[in-house]
Parts: sequence; structure tokens; C-alpha cells
Amino acid sequence: MDKRNGIKNLLTVALLAGTCLLFFWAENNLDNFQLRILNLAAIFAILGLSMNLVIGFTGMFSLGHSGFMCVGAYTAAILTMSPASKELIYYMEPIIPILAHIQWPIFPAILMAGLVAAVFGLLVGFPALRLRDDYLAIATLGFAEIIRIVVTNTISITNGSLGLKDIPSINSIWVYWGSAIITIIILKRIINSSWGYAFMAIRDNEIAAEAMGISIFKHKLLSFTIGAFFAGVAGALMGFIITSIDPTMFRFLFTFQILLIVVLGGMGSLTGTVISAIVITIMMEVLRFVEEPIDLFGILSIPGLPGMRMVIFSIGLLMVILFYRQGLMGTREFNWDWVLSRLGRGKSKERGDSI
Amino acid sequence: MSMDSFLQNIANSITLGSLYALIAIGYTMVYGIIRLINFAHADLLMVAAYVAFYGIFIFALPWWVAFAIAIALTTLLGMSIEKLAYRPLRNAPRISVLISAIGVSFLLENIGIVVLGARPKPFPRPEALVWNIQAGNISFLSLTIIIPIVTVILLLAVTYMVKKTKIGIAMRAVSRDFETSSLMAVDVNKVVGTTFAVGSALAAVGGLLWSLQYPQVDPLMGVFPGLKCFIAAVMGGIGSIPGAMLGGFLLGTIEVMLVGFMPDLSGYRDAFAFVILILILLFRPGGILGENVVEKV
Repeated sequence: MDKRNGIKNLLTVALLAGTCLLFFWAENNLDNFQLRILNLAAIFAILGLSMNLVIGFTGMFSLGHSGFMCVGAYTAAILTMSPASKELIYYMEPIIPILAHIQWPIFPAILMAGLVAAVFGLLVGFPALRLRDDYLAIATLGFAEIIRIVVTNTISITNGSLGLKDIPSINSIWVYWGSAIITIIILKRIINSSWGYAFMAIRDNEIAAEAMGISIFKHKLLSFTIGAFFAGVAGALMGFIITSIDPTMFRFLFTFQILLIVVLGGMGSLTGTVISAIVITIMMEVLRFVEEPIDLFGILSIPGLPGMRMVIFSIGLLMVILFYRQGLMGTREFNWDWVLSRLGRGKSKERGDSI
Repeated sequence: MSMDSFLQNIANSITLGSLYALIAIGYTMVYGIIRLINFAHADLLMVAAYVAFYGIFIFALPWWVAFAIAIALTTLLGMSIEKLAYRPLRNAPRISVLISAIGVSFLLENIGIVVLGARPKPFPRPEALVWNIQAGNISFLSLTIIIPIVTVILLLAVTYMVKKTKIGIAMRAVSRDFETSSLMAVDVNKVVGTTFAVGSALAAVGGLLWSLQYPQVDPLMGVFPGLKCFIAAVMGGIGSIPGAMLGGFLLGTIEVMLVGFMPDLSGYRDAFAFVILILILLFRPGGILGENVVEKV
């Protein structure tokens, strides 16, 4: 048994090292555009993972993700923008003095973005998590919309509907995928802890879980707050990659895209979420051609069709939910036992672990 | 606020409230029977408005023909959505059906953007329906009177159907218990289909009246009215038709009056409905007229 665990640890280290090499290669060999898509995939992976924790693992159908992203993105942007550009951008109403002169390095700012989003998660979750299923969905959707509207109207903090520009730009793959990998590790540890088991017990049967002595509300709030934290982190990263944000970015559409990733990957599988985040992000760019005018040999030309990508994604979502509800991975995870047994070295009695 | 503008606000809130009420009835009927927030309901408003728009502008139909076709097509669409996207998931977890509903809603909106273009278009106002009425110092559109009348007539018709007709009794039975009613020889699929048909027809009428009142159509026009009408339905007590009516009128009045009395807060107008929703869900989850159902093991 020890030997096997040793092998698994070794494999994990090897995988991490391999991934690092891959990033190193990517940073040096991919062009800016490809790198940007890869980084975007990391952000969507974080978003998908955090939403999956809430929807897939704890069974709370929350649609408020874009709101927490919004909070995170604004926090990080305000903390990292230079005082000079703040003075320039806030021309409708000057920024409140406390925020005007601070400029933090990016990592504390990302962490702070997560923490502020988590505080919002706590505040929203406290009333909202008394609700269930579709009521919870509509209430969290409502909170996200309230957050967006408040952001639009508190001009002296957020610059209102004009949004923020000149957010420091970061291109390094290490920042984005580094954050994604840290997210994966933290969430994996949470899910395999007593918290995680409590979350899944709540998902599978709330009443039974309560009867077993699990504090339902505490664990729901915990899961929701952790989800909000990572949504905030992803929001911060989104600001750094796009370098400008405004409240209309964080509409329900965003939540829909994340939901698509979670459903496609499998509600309740971290591995599935990461895979589908990468696939969907790449698809979003690849499918861009369907929205552009197509010219067939100069004879036939089809005008550009904006919105076509979302038609394809909506049909995709419907197909998955109607015909293949468990998604790519169901509730399974990538794990070494499975890989080893596939390679013929695994002990058959341990195969049960892989489910 | 002067007396005149107060009266003007009253007129506005009656119109808006009636529109909310009309659309909320569709939500409440569907929710009452299959416990689903039919996100696609909002987009049916848009479909009806566009069918009428093209009927009048492209095919040069008289407005009443175009309106009738719009209602018929929207009803068919509503029934097809139920059949294709919700019926296969009837025994699935509720989250799956909800995701399916969100998927259908996004599909309709984006097909709208692809086929119709994202730019708003002006909706025609037939002279037979819309004219100005001058009473003292306030002037208002004939719609201020027409919309509440249509709403009340349809409300009465739907109430009659649910309370007195055979299909209405079947609807109430199915909303209580799917299995038992199917044992009592109620054709559940037919009943659910009819509910969707009625709900969609009401959405179509709501969409047409909405576009007459705010004469502009775009593929996303249904989203906000849709959300607010759902909120109205929850306020009144979801599943209850008089509740939807009450919720619609209350929400319309509160919104108009809030902006009328406190113009500083008008930026928060859309947030306000959600604040009401959350307060209602927390303190009286059954709504004003609804019964509080305690979930049993």
C-alpha cells in the first residue's frame, strides 16, 4: 500500500513538473493570441471549478457567479491601477480619497479580490441559502443583478457605467495557470475533507444529512463563500487579461457560459470542469469564424452572423442536458488508480476507489 | 409632486401593473403545474412581438390578422418547447429541467439575434388601437385603458377555465399530484400541454401589448419584463392566479411610484424588484396570497 502511494505521489509530482515544462514551452513558443486563449481557459477553469463546488458538489443551484466576479474584478482593478490613471479615468466624479492613492502589487490584490468577493458571498448567502432549488436560483440571480446595478450607480468608487480602463496588463501564463492549479489543489483538498463529505451528503439528501448531525446551513454557507472567493479571484484575473472592465460585462451571459462549462464537464467532477473549460474556451475562439462573413469562391457570400456561437452553445447545452445528463465525467475524477489499472499494474480490488 | 403628475403616475402604474400581471399569470400557471421557472416564457414575448412586426411590415397584413398569427405561432412554440425540452426531463432532478429552461431561453434569444439582428426596431402602433386621450391637464394613450381591460378579461377567462371547466379541474389535480391524477385517468401530458398553450398565449398577448406601450422590439426585450413578472408571480404567491394579478399590480405601482417620488433612485429601479423578491422569499416564501407549504420527508 505504501509503495503504491509512493508511486502515486511520484506520478503527481511528475505530472506537475510536466505541466510546468508545458507552460514553459507555451510561453516561449505560442504567439500572443494563443497564449491569451490559454490564459482565458485558466480563468474559465477557476470559474467552472468554483461554480461546480456550489452546484455540483453541494447541490445548490446558484446563478450569482457573475456578481461575485464583478466584485472581484473591481476590487483588483481599483487596487492595482496607478493613481495617475485613476485621476484621468474618474472624470465624472472623482474617486473617493482613500482609494485614490493606493497601488498594490498584483498578488495581494488578487487575494483581496477573492476576500472581498467572499465577504459578499457571505452577505448574500446568509439570507439566500435558506431557499432551495429554483428559488435559490432566482434569488442569487437577483443578487448578482443588484450587485451589478449598485456598481453602475456608485460612481465615486467604480466610475459607474463608464467602467475602468488601464488596468495593469499581465500576460504571464504562470499567473493564470498558477492560480488555476492552486485552485484545483485547494478544492481537491476541500472535497476530500470532512467539509467535502458534508457538502456531498447535503447534495444527495439534505434531510438525511441533517439527521446525521451535519449542520446544513453552516456547510452551505461555507461552500457558497468558498465559491464566491474563487469567483472573485477569477474576476480579478479577468480584469488583468482584458485590462478594461465595465458593469455590462458581468451580465447573466457570463453565468450562462460558466454553467455550460460545469454541465458539459459533469456536475460533481473537478477534472471534467477543467477539461470542458479548456475545450469551451478554445471552441469560443475557433467558432468565431461562423460569425464572420463567409465568402465561397467569390460566388456566394454569407453575411456575418453575430450570436451564432451562442446558438451553437445553447444547442450544445440542451443536447447534453437532454441526452447525456452526466456530462463528460459525471462525478468521476481523474486519479492514478484508474490510470495504473489501465496500464495493467493496478490491483483489481482497488478499482472501487476510482469511482 | 403636483396633482397632475401624480395622476399621470397612477395611469402609468396601472398600465405597467396590468402588463406585469398578464405575463405573471403565464409564469404562475406553468410553475403551479410542473414546478419550473419557465425562463423561456420571457422570450415568448419577444417572439410574439416580432411575428406581429414582420406580419405588419413585410407581409402588409392588417394589424388584427398579424396579432392573431403572432398569438397562434407563440402558442405553438410554447407547446413545442414543453414537448421537446421539458417533457423528457420530467423525472430528472429539478436542476436539470431548470438548466434546460435556461438553455431554451438562450437559444431563442440568440436565434433572435442571428435571424433578426440585435438592433432595436420600431413597433407599429395601429391607429385603431392607439390614440391620445386628453382629460384636463393630463393626456394619456388609449392603451392606458385598453391594457387593463384586456388583462381583466383574460384573467376572468383563465380563472373560469381553471375553476369550472373539466380541463381546469384536471390542471388543479395534476398540480397537486402527478401520479395520482394519472391513475384517475387524467392525461397528464395533455394537461401540461394545455397549460403551456394557455400560458404561451397569455405571454403572446402580453408581448404584443408591451410592444404597443413601449413601441420598440429587440431580441432581448423579453428578459427584464420576464424576470420582473416572475418576481410579481412570486410576490402574489406562485401558483395562484389572483396572486399573480395582485403581484403584478403591486410591483408595477411600486416601481412607478418609486421613480416618481424619488427620482434620485431611478438608477436603482431594476434592482428594486429583486430586493422585493428577496424580502418576499425570506419573510413570506408562499407569497401574499399563497399558502406556505411545509416540505415533508
